[in-house]
Amino acid sequence: MIRVVLPPHLRTLAHVGMEVNIEVQGAVTQRSILDALEACYPMLRGTIRDYDTMQRRPFLRFFACGEDWSHESPDHPLPQAVALGTEPFLVIGAIAGG
Amino acid sequence: MSNVRVLVGTRKGAFVLTSDGKRERWEVGGPHFGGWEIYHVKGSPADPNRLYASQSSGWFGQVIQRSDDGGKNWIQPGTPPSEQNVPQQGPPKGESNKFVYNTSPENGKPLTTHQWYDGTQHPWEFKRVWHLEPSLSDPDTVYAGVEDAALFRSTNGGQNWEEISGLRGHGTGPRWQPGAGGMCLHTIVLDPSNSKRMYIAISAAGAFRTDDGGKSWRPINRGLKSLYIPDPTAEVGHCVHHIAAHKSRPSVLFMQKHWDVMRSDDAGDSWREVSGNLPTDFGFVIDVHAHEPETIYVIPIKSDGEHFPPEGKLRVYRSRTGGNEWEPLGNGLPQSDCYVNVLRDAMAVDSLDACGVYFGTTGGQVYASRDAGNNWAPIVRDLPAVLSVEVQTLP
Repeated sequence: MIRVVLPPHLRTLAHVGMEVNIEVQGAVTQRSILDALEACYPMLRGTIRDYDTMQRRPFLRFFACGEDWSHESPDHPLPQAVALGTEPFLVIGAIAGG
Repeated sequence: MSNVRVLVGTRKGAFVLTSDGKRERWEVGGPHFGGWEIYHVKGSPADPNRLYASQSSGWFGQVIQRSDDGGKNWIQPGTPPSEQNVPQQGPPKGESNKFVYNTSPENGKPLTTHQWYDGTQHPWEFKRVWHLEPSLSDPDTVYAGVEDAALFRSTNGGQNWEEISGLRGHGTGPRWQPGAGGMCLHTIVLDPSNSKRMYIAISAAGAFRTDDGGKSWRPINRGLKSLYIPDPTAEVGHCVHHIAAHKSRPSVLFMQKHWDVMRSDDAGDSWREVSGNLPTDFGFVIDVHAHEPETIYVIPIKSDGEHFPPEGKLRVYRSRTGGNEWEPLGNGLPQSDCYVNVLRDAMAVDSLDACGVYFGTTGGQVYASRDAGNNWAPIVRDLPAVLSVEVQTLP
Protein backbone atom coordinates (compact mmCIF):
# COMPACT_ATOMS: atom_id res chain seq x y z
CA MET A 1 0.00 0.00 0.00
CA ILE A 2 1.18 3.48 -0.86
CA ARG A 3 0.47 6.18 1.70
CA VAL A 4 -0.50 9.62 0.37
CA VAL A 5 -0.88 12.67 2.59
CA LEU A 6 -3.26 15.28 1.21
CA PRO A 7 -3.65 18.97 2.08
CA PRO A 8 -6.73 19.84 4.14
CA HIS A 9 -8.99 21.15 1.36
CA LEU A 10 -8.47 18.02 -0.71
CA ARG A 11 -9.26 15.83 2.30
CA THR A 12 -12.59 17.61 2.57
CA LEU A 13 -13.22 17.26 -1.12
CA ALA A 14 -12.47 13.54 -1.11
CA HIS A 15 -14.14 12.88 2.26
CA VAL A 16 -11.00 11.33 3.68
CA GLY A 17 -8.59 11.88 6.53
CA MET A 18 -5.09 13.25 6.35
CA GLU A 19 -3.67 10.11 4.80
CA VAL A 20 -5.08 7.68 2.24
CA ASN A 21 -3.78 4.26 1.25
CA ILE A 22 -3.84 3.22 -2.37
CA GLU A 23 -2.65 0.33 -4.49
CA VAL A 24 -0.22 1.15 -7.27
CA GLN A 25 0.51 -1.26 -10.08
CA GLY A 26 4.05 -1.38 -11.44
CA ALA A 27 6.71 1.24 -10.78
CA VAL A 28 5.96 3.67 -7.99
CA THR A 29 6.32 7.14 -9.45
CA GLN A 30 4.58 10.50 -9.08
CA ARG A 31 2.50 9.69 -12.13
CA SER A 32 1.48 6.18 -11.05
CA ILE A 33 0.59 7.39 -7.57
CA LEU A 34 -1.50 10.28 -8.84
CA ASP A 35 -3.16 8.11 -11.48
CA ALA A 36 -4.14 5.59 -8.81
CA LEU A 37 -5.21 8.33 -6.41
CA GLU A 38 -7.49 9.92 -9.01
CA ALA A 39 -8.91 6.54 -9.96
CA CYS A 40 -9.89 5.92 -6.34
CA TYR A 41 -10.99 9.48 -5.70
CA PRO A 42 -12.20 10.87 -9.00
CA MET A 43 -13.29 14.11 -7.39
CA LEU A 44 -9.58 14.94 -7.12
CA ARG A 45 -9.06 14.88 -10.88
CA GLY A 46 -7.87 18.27 -11.95
CA THR A 47 -7.11 19.49 -8.45
CA ILE A 48 -3.49 18.30 -8.17
CA ARG A 49 -2.60 18.22 -11.86
CA ASP A 50 -4.07 20.46 -14.51
CA TYR A 51 -6.84 18.58 -16.26
CA ASP A 52 -5.58 19.39 -19.71
CA THR A 53 -1.81 19.44 -19.45
CA MET A 54 -1.43 17.06 -16.47
CA GLN A 55 1.18 19.46 -15.09
CA ARG A 56 1.48 19.86 -11.32
CA ARG A 57 -0.51 22.88 -10.16
CA PRO A 58 1.91 25.71 -9.40
CA PHE A 59 0.92 26.16 -5.75
CA LEU A 60 1.49 22.47 -4.94
CA ARG A 61 4.66 20.51 -4.28
CA PHE A 62 5.44 16.84 -3.86
CA PHE A 63 7.68 15.57 -1.08
CA ALA A 64 8.89 12.11 -0.07
CA CYS A 65 11.50 11.03 2.46
CA GLY A 66 12.33 14.63 3.26
CA GLU A 67 13.09 15.55 -0.34
CA ASP A 68 11.30 17.75 -2.83
CA TRP A 69 10.31 15.71 -5.88
CA SER A 70 8.25 18.46 -7.48
CA HIS A 71 10.71 19.16 -10.25
CA GLU A 72 11.69 15.60 -10.99
CA SER A 73 10.24 13.73 -13.92
CA PRO A 74 6.80 12.37 -13.04
CA ASP A 75 8.05 8.98 -14.20
CA HIS A 76 11.16 8.92 -12.00
CA PRO A 77 10.91 6.06 -9.47
CA LEU A 78 10.27 7.27 -5.93
CA PRO A 79 12.28 5.96 -2.94
CA GLN A 80 11.78 2.38 -1.89
CA ALA A 81 10.40 3.56 1.45
CA VAL A 82 7.43 5.10 -0.39
CA ALA A 83 6.90 1.93 -2.41
CA LEU A 84 6.98 -0.14 0.78
CA GLY A 85 4.60 2.21 2.59
CA THR A 86 6.99 3.07 5.36
CA GLU A 87 7.13 6.68 4.22
CA PRO A 88 4.24 8.68 2.75
CA PHE A 89 4.07 10.64 -0.47
CA LEU A 90 3.14 14.17 0.52
CA VAL A 91 1.09 16.63 -1.52
CA ILE A 92 1.70 20.02 0.06
CA GLY A 93 0.08 23.34 -0.75
CA ALA A 94 1.84 26.68 -0.62
CA ILE A 95 1.29 28.42 2.68
CA ALA A 96 -1.56 30.93 2.59
CA GLY A 97 -1.57 33.97 4.78
CA GLY A 98 -0.03 37.32 5.23
CA MET B 1 -46.85 31.74 1.23
CA SER B 2 -43.81 31.97 -1.01
CA ASN B 3 -40.30 31.60 0.25
CA VAL B 4 -37.11 33.26 -0.82
CA ARG B 5 -33.69 31.66 -1.09
CA VAL B 6 -30.64 33.85 -1.56
CA LEU B 7 -27.53 32.11 -2.90
CA VAL B 8 -24.33 33.88 -1.95
CA GLY B 9 -20.87 33.13 -3.30
CA THR B 10 -17.94 34.53 -1.33
CA ARG B 11 -14.17 34.44 -1.24
CA LYS B 12 -14.30 31.73 1.40
CA GLY B 13 -17.38 29.64 0.78
CA ALA B 14 -21.04 29.62 -0.22
CA PHE B 15 -23.99 30.62 1.93
CA VAL B 16 -27.70 29.96 1.51
CA LEU B 17 -29.99 32.54 3.12
CA THR B 18 -33.65 31.65 3.47
CA SER B 19 -36.80 33.46 4.53
CA ASP B 20 -40.53 33.28 4.10
CA GLY B 21 -42.31 35.73 1.83
CA LYS B 22 -42.31 38.44 4.47
CA ARG B 23 -38.54 38.61 4.15
CA GLU B 24 -38.15 39.85 7.71
CA ARG B 25 -36.33 36.96 9.36
CA TRP B 26 -33.54 35.10 7.68
CA GLU B 27 -31.71 31.90 8.34
CA VAL B 28 -28.08 31.75 7.27
CA GLY B 29 -26.89 28.36 6.03
CA GLY B 30 -23.26 27.56 5.40
CA PRO B 31 -20.50 27.96 4.82
CA HIS B 32 -20.50 25.35 2.12
CA PHE B 33 -17.06 24.58 0.68
CA GLY B 34 -15.42 26.65 3.41
CA GLY B 35 -12.13 28.16 2.39
CA TRP B 36 -12.79 27.96 -1.37
CA GLU B 37 -13.68 30.82 -3.66
CA ILE B 38 -17.26 30.49 -4.79
CA TYR B 39 -17.61 32.70 -7.82
CA HIS B 40 -21.24 31.84 -8.48
CA VAL B 41 -24.17 29.76 -7.28
CA LYS B 42 -27.37 29.64 -9.28
CA GLY B 43 -30.58 27.61 -9.30
CA SER B 44 -32.37 26.08 -12.24
CA PRO B 45 -35.56 27.90 -13.23
CA ALA B 46 -36.94 24.53 -14.31
CA ASP B 47 -36.22 22.83 -10.97
CA PRO B 48 -35.52 25.23 -8.11
CA ASN B 49 -33.93 22.52 -5.98
CA ARG B 50 -31.26 22.00 -8.61
CA LEU B 51 -28.38 24.33 -7.81
CA TYR B 52 -25.00 24.66 -9.46
CA ALA B 53 -21.93 26.14 -7.79
CA SER B 54 -18.53 27.13 -9.09
CA GLN B 55 -15.89 26.31 -6.49
CA SER B 56 -12.32 27.27 -7.24
CA SER B 57 -8.96 27.76 -5.67
CA GLY B 58 -5.59 29.10 -6.67
CA TRP B 59 -4.15 25.87 -5.28
CA PHE B 60 -6.52 23.24 -6.58
CA GLY B 61 -8.23 24.67 -9.65
CA GLN B 62 -11.86 24.36 -10.62
CA VAL B 63 -14.52 22.16 -9.05
CA ILE B 64 -18.18 22.07 -10.07
CA GLN B 65 -20.70 21.28 -7.36
CA ARG B 66 -24.38 20.44 -7.71
CA SER B 67 -27.19 20.20 -5.23
CA ASP B 68 -30.49 18.44 -5.93
CA ASP B 69 -32.15 19.46 -2.67
CA GLY B 70 -31.90 23.22 -2.60
CA GLY B 71 -28.42 23.44 -1.15
CA LYS B 72 -28.60 21.03 1.78
CA ASN B 73 -26.35 18.43 0.17
CA TRP B 74 -23.82 18.81 -2.62
CA ILE B 75 -22.12 16.42 -4.99
CA GLN B 76 -19.62 16.66 -7.75
CA PRO B 77 -21.73 15.63 -10.74
CA GLY B 78 -20.84 12.15 -11.91
CA THR B 79 -19.25 11.24 -8.61
CA PRO B 80 -22.08 10.16 -6.32
CA PRO B 81 -21.22 9.90 -2.63
CA SER B 82 -21.71 6.14 -2.67
CA GLU B 83 -18.79 5.82 -5.07
CA GLN B 84 -16.51 8.38 -3.56
CA ASN B 85 -14.37 5.98 -1.55
CA VAL B 86 -14.67 2.91 -3.73
CA PRO B 87 -11.93 2.08 -6.21
CA GLN B 88 -13.32 2.64 -9.68
CA GLN B 89 -13.37 0.27 -12.59
CA GLY B 90 -12.92 1.62 -16.09
CA PRO B 91 -12.23 5.22 -16.93
CA PRO B 92 -12.19 7.61 -14.01
CA LYS B 93 -15.33 9.56 -13.39
CA GLY B 94 -15.40 13.08 -12.06
CA GLU B 95 -15.09 14.83 -15.39
CA SER B 96 -17.24 17.61 -13.99
CA ASN B 97 -14.05 19.55 -13.32
CA LYS B 98 -12.76 19.17 -16.86
CA PHE B 99 -12.89 22.34 -18.95
CA VAL B 100 -10.79 21.86 -22.05
CA TYR B 101 -10.91 24.30 -24.94
CA ASN B 102 -12.07 22.84 -28.19
CA THR B 103 -9.30 23.18 -30.73
CA SER B 104 -10.60 20.69 -33.26
CA PRO B 105 -11.05 22.02 -36.79
CA GLU B 106 -14.44 20.32 -36.95
CA ASN B 107 -15.87 22.60 -34.29
CA GLY B 108 -15.38 26.23 -35.07
CA LYS B 109 -11.99 27.63 -35.86
CA PRO B 110 -9.14 26.52 -33.65
CA LEU B 111 -7.99 29.49 -31.69
CA THR B 112 -4.93 29.39 -29.53
CA THR B 113 -4.08 32.98 -28.64
CA HIS B 114 -5.66 36.21 -27.52
CA GLN B 115 -4.17 39.62 -26.82
CA TRP B 116 -2.16 39.95 -23.63
CA TYR B 117 -1.89 43.08 -21.50
CA ASP B 118 1.13 44.27 -23.47
CA GLY B 119 -0.49 43.71 -26.85
CA THR B 120 1.35 40.50 -27.66
CA GLN B 121 -0.50 37.27 -28.32
CA HIS B 122 -0.92 34.86 -25.42
CA PRO B 123 -2.20 31.29 -25.25
CA TRP B 124 -5.70 30.61 -23.96
CA GLU B 125 -5.43 29.09 -20.46
CA PHE B 126 -8.39 27.89 -18.46
CA LYS B 127 -8.47 29.36 -14.95
CA ARG B 128 -11.96 29.20 -13.45
CA VAL B 129 -15.70 29.38 -13.97
CA TRP B 130 -17.08 32.83 -13.27
CA HIS B 131 -20.74 32.32 -14.04
CA LEU B 132 -23.15 29.40 -14.27
CA GLU B 133 -26.41 29.90 -16.13
CA PRO B 134 -28.88 27.01 -15.95
CA SER B 135 -31.21 26.49 -18.89
CA LEU B 136 -34.65 28.00 -18.58
CA SER B 137 -36.32 24.69 -19.41
CA ASP B 138 -33.99 21.76 -18.67
CA PRO B 139 -32.42 21.29 -15.22
CA ASP B 140 -29.62 19.18 -16.68
CA THR B 141 -28.49 21.82 -19.14
CA VAL B 142 -26.28 24.57 -17.81
CA TYR B 143 -23.88 27.06 -19.37
CA ALA B 144 -20.56 28.11 -17.86
CA GLY B 145 -18.74 31.34 -18.56
CA VAL B 146 -15.06 30.87 -17.89
CA GLU B 147 -11.69 32.63 -17.69
CA ASP B 148 -9.88 32.73 -20.13
CA ALA B 149 -13.05 33.78 -21.87
CA ALA B 150 -15.07 30.98 -23.38
CA LEU B 151 -18.51 29.47 -23.10
CA PHE B 152 -19.07 25.86 -22.09
CA ARG B 153 -22.25 23.80 -21.88
CA SER B 154 -23.22 20.68 -19.99
CA THR B 155 -26.32 18.73 -20.93
CA ASN B 156 -26.01 16.07 -18.24
CA GLY B 157 -26.23 18.01 -15.03
CA GLY B 158 -22.65 19.20 -14.98
CA GLN B 159 -20.96 15.81 -15.43
CA ASN B 160 -19.26 16.79 -18.68
CA TRP B 161 -18.57 20.11 -20.33
CA GLU B 162 -18.12 20.97 -23.95
CA GLU B 163 -16.99 24.30 -25.29
CA ILE B 164 -19.36 26.21 -27.55
CA SER B 165 -16.42 26.97 -29.73
CA GLY B 166 -18.14 29.17 -32.27
CA LEU B 167 -17.80 32.08 -29.85
CA ARG B 168 -14.02 32.05 -29.63
CA GLY B 169 -13.80 31.03 -33.25
CA HIS B 170 -15.96 33.70 -34.83
CA GLY B 171 -13.01 35.90 -35.70
CA THR B 172 -12.36 38.62 -33.14
CA GLY B 173 -10.82 36.37 -30.46
CA PRO B 174 -7.20 37.38 -31.10
CA ARG B 175 -8.22 40.98 -30.25
CA TRP B 176 -9.76 40.15 -26.88
CA GLN B 177 -7.69 41.29 -23.93
CA PRO B 178 -7.91 40.66 -20.19
CA GLY B 179 -8.95 43.38 -17.80
CA ALA B 180 -7.29 43.65 -14.42
CA GLY B 181 -9.55 40.89 -13.11
CA GLY B 182 -8.67 38.52 -15.91
CA MET B 183 -10.24 37.79 -19.27
CA CYS B 184 -13.52 36.42 -18.07
CA LEU B 185 -16.85 35.56 -19.63
CA HIS B 186 -19.00 36.74 -16.75
CA THR B 187 -22.49 37.34 -18.11
CA ILE B 188 -24.85 34.93 -19.84
CA VAL B 189 -28.38 36.10 -20.66
CA LEU B 190 -30.81 33.54 -22.12
CA ASP B 191 -33.75 34.81 -24.16
CA PRO B 192 -36.95 33.28 -22.74
CA SER B 193 -38.83 33.97 -25.98
CA ASN B 194 -36.23 32.49 -28.32
CA SER B 195 -34.28 29.43 -27.24
CA LYS B 196 -31.72 30.01 -29.99
CA ARG B 197 -30.77 33.49 -28.81
CA MET B 198 -28.24 34.17 -26.09
CA TYR B 199 -26.16 37.14 -25.04
CA ILE B 200 -22.80 36.95 -23.32
CA ALA B 201 -20.32 39.54 -22.12
CA ILE B 202 -16.56 39.42 -21.69
CA SER B 203 -14.07 41.70 -19.97
CA ALA B 204 -12.44 43.13 -21.95
CA ALA B 205 -13.90 42.17 -25.26
CA GLY B 206 -17.51 43.32 -25.10
CA ALA B 207 -20.94 41.82 -25.71
CA PHE B 208 -21.79 39.10 -28.19
CA ARG B 209 -24.98 37.47 -29.42
CA THR B 210 -25.94 34.21 -31.02
CA ASP B 211 -29.23 33.65 -32.83
CA ASP B 212 -28.65 30.02 -33.71
CA GLY B 213 -28.06 28.33 -30.38
CA GLY B 214 -24.35 29.07 -30.21
CA LYS B 215 -23.18 28.00 -33.65
CA SER B 216 -22.38 31.50 -34.80
CA TRP B 217 -21.74 34.71 -32.87
CA ARG B 218 -21.23 38.35 -33.58
CA PRO B 219 -20.08 41.31 -31.52
CA ILE B 220 -22.87 43.67 -30.46
CA ASN B 221 -20.92 46.71 -29.34
CA ARG B 222 -22.06 49.46 -31.71
CA GLY B 223 -22.65 52.63 -29.72
CA LEU B 224 -20.25 51.76 -26.93
CA LYS B 225 -17.52 54.32 -26.42
CA SER B 226 -14.54 53.42 -24.23
CA LEU B 227 -11.95 56.12 -23.85
CA TYR B 228 -9.49 53.77 -22.20
CA ILE B 229 -8.82 51.75 -25.37
CA PRO B 230 -6.90 52.91 -28.45
CA ASP B 231 -10.02 53.04 -30.64
CA PRO B 232 -12.88 54.12 -28.36
CA THR B 233 -15.55 52.80 -30.74
CA ALA B 234 -13.80 49.58 -31.70
CA GLU B 235 -15.80 46.51 -32.65
CA VAL B 236 -14.35 44.66 -29.65
CA GLY B 237 -12.21 45.56 -26.65
CA HIS B 238 -14.83 47.15 -24.40
CA CYS B 239 -14.88 46.26 -20.74
CA VAL B 240 -18.50 45.33 -20.21
CA HIS B 241 -19.20 44.67 -16.55
CA HIS B 242 -22.72 43.26 -16.62
CA ILE B 243 -25.87 43.02 -18.73
CA ALA B 244 -29.46 42.56 -17.56
CA ALA B 245 -32.79 42.15 -19.31
CA HIS B 246 -36.41 41.81 -18.24
CA LYS B 247 -37.95 38.47 -19.16
CA SER B 248 -40.95 40.14 -20.79
CA ARG B 249 -38.77 42.23 -23.12
CA PRO B 250 -35.63 40.24 -23.79
CA SER B 251 -34.57 42.46 -26.68
CA VAL B 252 -34.19 45.42 -24.34
CA LEU B 253 -30.80 45.19 -22.69
CA PHE B 254 -29.24 47.27 -19.94
CA MET B 255 -25.49 47.35 -19.52
CA GLN B 256 -23.14 48.57 -16.83
CA LYS B 257 -19.91 49.15 -18.69
CA HIS B 258 -16.57 49.93 -17.04
CA TRP B 259 -17.71 53.51 -17.36
CA ASP B 260 -21.20 54.33 -18.70
CA VAL B 261 -24.61 52.80 -18.19
CA MET B 262 -26.00 51.80 -21.58
CA ARG B 263 -29.26 50.65 -23.08
CA SER B 264 -30.18 48.77 -26.25
CA ASP B 265 -33.70 48.43 -27.62
CA ASP B 266 -32.73 46.20 -30.52
CA ALA B 267 -31.11 43.15 -28.95
CA GLY B 268 -27.73 44.79 -28.80
CA ASP B 269 -27.52 45.94 -32.41
CA SER B 270 -27.04 49.46 -31.10
CA TRP B 271 -26.51 51.04 -27.70
CA ARG B 272 -27.09 54.48 -26.25
CA GLU B 273 -25.88 55.92 -23.00
CA VAL B 274 -28.42 56.36 -20.20
CA SER B 275 -26.08 57.39 -17.38
CA GLY B 276 -28.04 60.64 -17.01
CA ASN B 277 -27.72 62.20 -13.57
CA LEU B 278 -25.77 59.42 -11.87
CA PRO B 279 -23.02 60.79 -9.59
CA THR B 280 -20.59 58.49 -11.41
CA ASP B 281 -21.35 56.01 -14.13
CA PHE B 282 -18.62 53.59 -13.16
CA GLY B 283 -19.89 50.45 -11.46
CA PHE B 284 -20.30 46.73 -11.77
CA VAL B 285 -23.90 45.61 -11.14
CA ILE B 286 -27.08 46.33 -13.01
CA ASP B 287 -30.47 44.67 -12.66
CA VAL B 288 -34.11 45.08 -13.65
CA HIS B 289 -37.20 45.15 -11.43
CA ALA B 290 -39.10 41.86 -11.61
CA HIS B 291 -42.40 43.45 -12.66
CA GLU B 292 -41.48 46.84 -14.13
CA PRO B 293 -39.31 46.48 -17.23
CA GLU B 294 -38.36 50.16 -17.20
CA THR B 295 -37.21 50.14 -13.59
CA ILE B 296 -33.52 49.42 -13.30
CA TYR B 297 -30.91 49.49 -10.55
CA VAL B 298 -27.21 50.27 -10.43
CA ILE B 299 -24.72 50.95 -7.64
CA PRO B 300 -22.36 53.73 -8.66
CA ILE B 301 -18.74 53.23 -7.70
CA LYS B 302 -16.41 56.23 -7.59
CA SER B 303 -13.98 55.25 -10.34
CA ASP B 304 -11.90 52.48 -11.84
CA GLY B 305 -9.08 53.57 -9.58
CA GLU B 306 -11.17 53.88 -6.44
CA HIS B 307 -13.50 50.92 -6.11
CA PHE B 308 -15.79 52.28 -3.41
CA PRO B 309 -18.96 54.38 -3.31
CA PRO B 310 -18.71 58.14 -3.83
CA GLU B 311 -18.50 60.17 -0.60
CA GLY B 312 -18.37 56.98 1.45
CA LYS B 313 -22.16 56.62 1.01
CA LEU B 314 -23.51 53.28 -0.13
CA ARG B 315 -26.44 54.09 -2.42
CA VAL B 316 -28.38 52.12 -4.94
CA TYR B 317 -29.65 54.25 -7.79
CA ARG B 318 -33.00 53.45 -9.37
CA SER B 319 -34.39 54.66 -12.65
CA ARG B 320 -38.08 54.20 -13.35
CA THR B 321 -37.63 55.50 -16.88
CA GLY B 322 -35.25 52.92 -18.24
CA GLY B 323 -32.27 55.15 -17.56
CA ASN B 324 -31.23 58.81 -17.69
CA GLU B 325 -33.28 59.85 -14.65
CA TRP B 326 -31.96 58.28 -11.48
CA GLU B 327 -32.85 58.58 -7.81
CA PRO B 328 -30.57 57.61 -4.91
CA LEU B 329 -31.80 54.95 -2.49
CA GLY B 330 -29.86 54.93 0.73
CA ASN B 331 -32.40 54.43 3.47
CA GLY B 332 -30.97 51.72 5.71
CA LEU B 333 -27.62 51.64 3.95
CA PRO B 334 -24.47 53.12 5.50
CA GLN B 335 -24.24 56.80 4.60
CA SER B 336 -20.82 57.57 5.96
CA ASP B 337 -17.40 55.95 5.97
CA CYS B 338 -18.45 53.11 3.69
CA TYR B 339 -15.74 51.92 1.32
CA VAL B 340 -16.91 48.55 0.09
CA ASN B 341 -17.37 47.47 -3.50
CA VAL B 342 -20.24 45.57 -5.10
CA LEU B 343 -19.05 43.14 -7.74
CA ARG B 344 -20.71 42.42 -11.07
CA ASP B 345 -22.70 39.31 -10.17
CA ALA B 346 -23.64 40.47 -6.69
CA MET B 347 -27.11 41.93 -7.27
CA ALA B 348 -30.39 40.11 -7.88
CA VAL B 349 -34.15 40.56 -7.52
CA ASP B 350 -36.93 38.29 -6.32
CA SER B 351 -40.31 38.06 -8.03
CA LEU B 352 -42.67 38.59 -5.11
CA ASP B 353 -45.42 41.18 -5.57
CA ALA B 354 -43.36 43.85 -3.88
CA CYS B 355 -40.13 43.21 -5.72
CA GLY B 356 -37.22 42.43 -3.45
CA VAL B 357 -33.76 43.67 -4.37
CA TYR B 358 -30.58 42.16 -2.94
CA PHE B 359 -26.88 42.86 -3.17
CA GLY B 360 -23.69 41.78 -1.47
CA THR B 361 -20.54 43.74 -0.76
CA THR B 362 -16.84 43.05 -0.58
CA GLY B 363 -17.21 43.87 3.12
CA GLY B 364 -19.33 40.76 3.59
CA GLN B 365 -22.73 42.37 3.99
CA VAL B 366 -25.80 41.18 2.11
CA TYR B 367 -28.47 43.88 1.97
CA ALA B 368 -32.11 43.37 1.04
CA SER B 369 -34.98 45.67 0.22
CA ARG B 370 -38.54 44.36 0.50
CA ASP B 371 -40.01 47.35 -1.28
CA ALA B 372 -38.18 47.67 -4.56
CA GLY B 373 -35.35 49.67 -3.09
CA ASN B 374 -37.08 52.27 -0.92
CA ASN B 375 -35.74 50.78 2.30
CA TRP B 376 -32.83 48.47 3.00
CA ALA B 377 -31.65 46.24 5.81
CA PRO B 378 -28.79 43.80 6.12
CA ILE B 379 -29.64 40.10 6.04
CA VAL B 380 -26.16 39.25 7.24
CA ARG B 381 -23.23 41.53 7.98
CA ASP B 382 -20.03 39.62 8.36
CA LEU B 383 -19.55 37.11 5.58
CA PRO B 384 -16.32 36.90 3.61
CA ALA B 385 -16.17 39.24 0.63
CA VAL B 386 -19.23 38.61 -1.51
CA LEU B 387 -18.62 37.64 -5.12
CA SER B 388 -22.14 36.82 -6.25
CA VAL B 389 -25.77 36.97 -5.17
CA GLU B 390 -28.65 35.13 -6.79
CA VAL B 391 -32.24 34.90 -5.61
CA GLN B 392 -34.85 32.20 -5.98
CA THR B 393 -38.52 32.87 -5.34
CA LEU B 394 -40.00 29.56 -4.26
CA PRO B 395 -43.65 28.50 -4.18
